[in-house]
Amino acid sequence: MPPPSVLLRAGSVVSGMDVSPVVLVEGLRLSVASRVLLDLDRWEVHPAERVVVLGPSGSGKTTFLHVLAGLRSADAGRVVVDGEELGRLAEARRDVLRGRRIGFVHQTLHLVAALSVLDNLRLAAFVVGKRVADEHLLGLLTSVGLRERARARTFELSHGEAQRVAIARALVNDPCLVLADEPTSALDDRNARQILDLLLATTATQGAALVVATHDMRLLPAFDRRLQLGRE
Amino acid sequence: MTLTRLCLAYLRLRVGTTLLNVSLVALGVAIVSSILLVGSQLRDRAEREIRGVDLVVGAKGSPLQLILSAVFQLDIPFGNVRLAEVAFLRTHPLVASAIPLAMGDNAGGFRIVGTEPQFLHERGISIAAGRAWQAPMEAVLGSEVAGATGLRPGASFVGSHGLVGGFAHAEHPYIVVGIANPTGTAADRLILTSLESVWRVHAPRSTGSSTGSHEHEDGEITALLIRYRTPLAAVQLPRLVNARPMLIAAVPAVEAARLLSIVGFGLESLRLLGSALLVLAALSVLVALTNALSDRRADLALMRVLGATRGLLIRALLLEALLLTAAGLVLGFLLAHLSLELLTRLLPEARATGLSGFTVAPDEIMLAPAVLLLAIGAAAIPAVRLYRSNLVETLARG
Repeated sequence: MPPPSVLLRAGSVVSGMDVSPVVLVEGLRLSVASRVLLDLDRWEVHPAERVVVLGPSGSGKTTFLHVLAGLRSADAGRVVVDGEELGRLAEARRDVLRGRRIGFVHQTLHLVAALSVLDNLRLAAFVVGKRVADEHLLGLLTSVGLRERARARTFELSHGEAQRVAIARALVNDPCLVLADEPTSALDDRNARQILDLLLATTATQGAALVVATHDMRLLPAFDRRLQLGRE
Repeated sequence: MTLTRLCLAYLRLRVGTTLLNVSLVALGVAIVSSILLVGSQLRDRAEREIRGVDLVVGAKGSPLQLILSAVFQLDIPFGNVRLAEVAFLRTHPLVASAIPLAMGDNAGGFRIVGTEPQFLHERGISIAAGRAWQAPMEAVLGSEVAGATGLRPGASFVGSHGLVGGFAHAEHPYIVVGIANPTGTAADRLILTSLESVWRVHAPRSTGSSTGSHEHEDGEITALLIRYRTPLAAVQLPRLVNARPMLIAAVPAVEAARLLSIVGFGLESLRLLGSALLVLAALSVLVALTNALSDRRADLALMRVLGATRGLLIRALLLEALLLTAAGLVLGFLLAHLSLELLTRLLPEARATGLSGFTVAPDEIMLAPAVLLLAIGAAAIPAVRLYRSNLVETLARG
């Protein structure tokens, strides 16, 4: 019999001075091809916290982020995001929760080539049925230094610019949690630092928690906490 | 951002494929639409033309040609009969009306038909300006003739020998005394005058000025349009006429049905061709959407990550198919109607059929939902694939 769902809203006080976590993971187990990939008894991320998930390639970092985003389910355990237990939600509700409360910056960018930079941002609001003013979107583009590229097609952008657009898009719906999967893997030191600073600054401005999965040790000092997957 | 805008962006991205699919749908729709348009107008036209004419009597020959020449005013009549030979029909107790037609000349390509004023009443023709003819060489112009020639009551013109072109009968000018209201039948393209006018124009020079009963007895007519007094006439009269060595009786309803079945076979073949093209277009839409799914695997996965439900993505796919098809549908309809209208304006032969592009056939209205359903059917297979696909795994693969 599954444990009862615990509804904890981000910002609500659970006991004493504790702030309820944005992410709560309990008893999480996931195996792939008989190999245990994830095994976490309890893990939390609090509002505005910056957590880095470290591990070598194949250690399950991306899979872990997908589980946190409700993109795939684990073999056991439960994941609560913004007070909603993902495993208990119907797929469509889980999709909408992900769109509205979680921003995702993917390893391989994935901007929609058919759309302009601004339309890529509009798309993030549209797919979850939200109406967002263009001023808000242009403000986000300003914050990543690309306001003047709002009408550009995505194939006209450099890799670094496209990564910035992806960060701006992750923040369109004012998420409480931003998940970034290897956001700096293809960038040189200078650009990697810039992208990381941007992620830290923009999520801090919005008060969103940030979870970055990476094997890039250059990023380590910028985070409050780390979770090691696989061998160190 | 709207779903339509997203779909249009994708269609613009693959503009070549989009144009090819729209063209295929448009071509199929244009062919089927043209067939429906022509078929429906021909049927309507046939019904209008034969209304009130139960039997046509003329010189021995093809009954279909007799109907085409005397009722539809399309074909060339193959001979004349003397009025005296059909006089028995005009007084027959089973005949309600028997109106003679004498043809042989044209003016500017419009047939000059000698007949009796009763023809106007029988064919439902009213006078818009002026009056009906009363004396020889007076003429009433059909509405299209008046529109095309600009002739008004009081104006004069001369006829030319034959039904197209020919030498002018300059010594026998006609005077316009009336303009008829439009009827939507072949009568709109006729110049109506008295039988005596036609006889006078074609009389040998030595007797050209002859008048009176002699002219009536010897005068020839091309056809006699008969309306029955009782249904019994349908059994007796054709037999009676066909028994005469020089005459033939043609039943317009029978000949029109025969004509439509001949034309209908051609139309049906073309309709099958158009339908095959539409199925081909649907297959092309299916292939385009299947390819689009492969091309956009990453985009679709991204949208799922952004929070799009499977339902939303399937709606986007269906909308894309509908947009493609709707564009083809509109283009196809425009192509069919405008080309038919252009054809009837540019070609005299087409004009004579009285077809118009500025009308909608009843069956055409059903074509739109049928084609849109075909598009949804074509989109169904990629939609099922989309529903079943694990887009998150696609994203994980990068």
